[in-house]
Amino acid sequence: MTAVRVIRSEWTKIRSVASTVWTLSLAGVVTVALGMLIAGLTRSQFDSMPARQRLSFDPTFVSFAGMTLGQLALIVFGVLVVSNEYSTGMIRVSLAAVPQRATFLFSKIAVATGLALVVGMATSFAAFLLGQAMLGSHRARLGDPGVLRAVLGGGLYMTLIVVFSMGVAAMLRSPMLSLGILMPFFFLISNVLGNVDATKKIGRFLPDQAGSRIMQVVPRVGDDAPYGPWGGLGIMALWVVAAVAGGYVLLKRRDAQ
Amino acid sequence: MIELAGLTKRYGEKVAVDDLTFSVRPGIVTGFLGPNGAGKSTTMRMILGLDHPTAGDVRVDGVHYRRLKDPLTRIGALLDAKAVHGGRSAYHHLLCLAQSNGVPERRVAEVLDTVGLTAVARKKAKGFSLGMGQRLGIAAALLGDPRILMFDEPVNGLDPEGIHWIRNLMKSLAAQGRTVFVSSHLMSEMALTADHLVVIGQGRLLADTSMADFIRQNARSYVRIRSPQRERLLDVLHEDGITVVEAGAGALEVEGDKAGRIGELAARYGIVLHELSPRQASLEEAFMQLTAQAVEYHAHTGPDPAPQAWGAGWKGAE
Repeated sequence: MTAVRVIRSEWTKIRSVASTVWTLSLAGVVTVALGMLIAGLTRSQFDSMPARQRLSFDPTFVSFAGMTLGQLALIVFGVLVVSNEYSTGMIRVSLAAVPQRATFLFSKIAVATGLALVVGMATSFAAFLLGQAMLGSHRARLGDPGVLRAVLGGGLYMTLIVVFSMGVAAMLRSPMLSLGILMPFFFLISNVLGNVDATKKIGRFLPDQAGSRIMQVVPRVGDDAPYGPWGGLGIMALWVVAAVAGGYVLLKRRDAQ
Repeated sequence: MIELAGLTKRYGEKVAVDDLTFSVRPGIVTGFLGPNGAGKSTTMRMILGLDHPTAGDVRVDGVHYRRLKDPLTRIGALLDAKAVHGGRSAYHHLLCLAQSNGVPERRVAEVLDTVGLTAVARKKAKGFSLGMGQRLGIAAALLGDPRILMFDEPVNGLDPEGIHWIRNLMKSLAAQGRTVFVSSHLMSEMALTADHLVVIGQGRLLADTSMADFIRQNARSYVRIRSPQRERLLDVLHEDGITVVEAGAGALEVEGDKAGRIGELAARYGIVLHELSPRQASLEEAFMQLTAQAVEYHAHTGPDPAPQAWGAGWKGAE
């Protein structure tokens, strides 16, 4: 009963602020547009690709190429939803209204997660369909084996990125600090760790490296990851659970400021 | 009713709130007075369950704050007028608070009207002046029509009209039988609004008394005299049994309300007076003396070199 009220309240908070609406829209547009661009480039370069690369060509994954950039906007969305409370001082008003901190945090996360799921799924399907249209004759179809799983997975991946960011922001409180850690991590560090041979074995267990496995239909040549698509998403989900749990424990224990 | 029992808050070595025990009763305005940094805001945050006490206990209507169902309908608080998301409108700020506590949506329009913000209800809060922000904070406190209201330094930075408005609001809320607990670092402000006074300094309770008693005990009245025939005047007053003290700059002071008697004596003996003025020590002075004692005491008990920074604190505020 109380939770329903708090969820309504958090929904009002999210929809009444322009920044959260903008970042979510931006995530969708960037992911779809960049995916289309890269799919179009791939199509024009396809014939000059080496045979080895052509064999492991994954048209589905190519259309999700925009997600590397789009996920940054999702991170901003997740961070802002939580850390706005702290940077504005609103957290004291919010917790005075809802002193049950678990109800407060999980209602907030539930609302933002639901919204991210809708936007993520819509983005994922749009990125796939429009990206495939750009690929022309090299396209994959939704009915092909593994493709629907990859597209649904893309939506889930985007959602989990948002929840992970909310967990981290709940721990760190400051928007600048949260973004300063999450942005370079997802844009640079994780990619480096996941692709350099020395760190690959650890790097592929990082949230985005493991989670993005679900969007691949054709495994990469030489891919010896010890998990499958759903296993990878499961690893990402564990990271998310850990971040949210950490955020909750700190919110519970700390003074509200 | 708000009850504090041995409430204590420490930040590492520093004691912000030190073993506070007092109650805030309904139907009156209780002033919570102390210099800046005395622990008033920390105490208020602990009442609202925002900060965890290091020791002791605080209850609102007999229960801990976090056990209150729909707390905004029991106690409304204004802690910091700037604690609003600047990108959100006044209306949506109040709406999300109302929804979280099951307060009907029409109350939002009602309280916006009460505080006079109806015209800017759909404007983003970042464009609000300090006074408008303060009004929005008060609207949030009134939202659930609570029986207890708590305001932290509500007149800070307001123009005279705003100050007047808040004073009247607090008095009318108390007259409706509500509990009103308001903090300030200005004695003169409290003297105008509060019926009861809780004074703290360095987190410690210094006084818990009715305003009338505080005035009676602390507002010393005296007579200030100046005369070119100083020695003769002193003799005459001495013969009449009146004790005189030197007040510096050639002036004399007599305790109590004896201006009439001194005037009669001077007339009878033909003594010229240049000044004969009945005076009252201000409550601000009494408050300063009270808190200054706390500083001295503190200086003896701890290695903390706080006293210097202290006097500067409230002098700046005046």
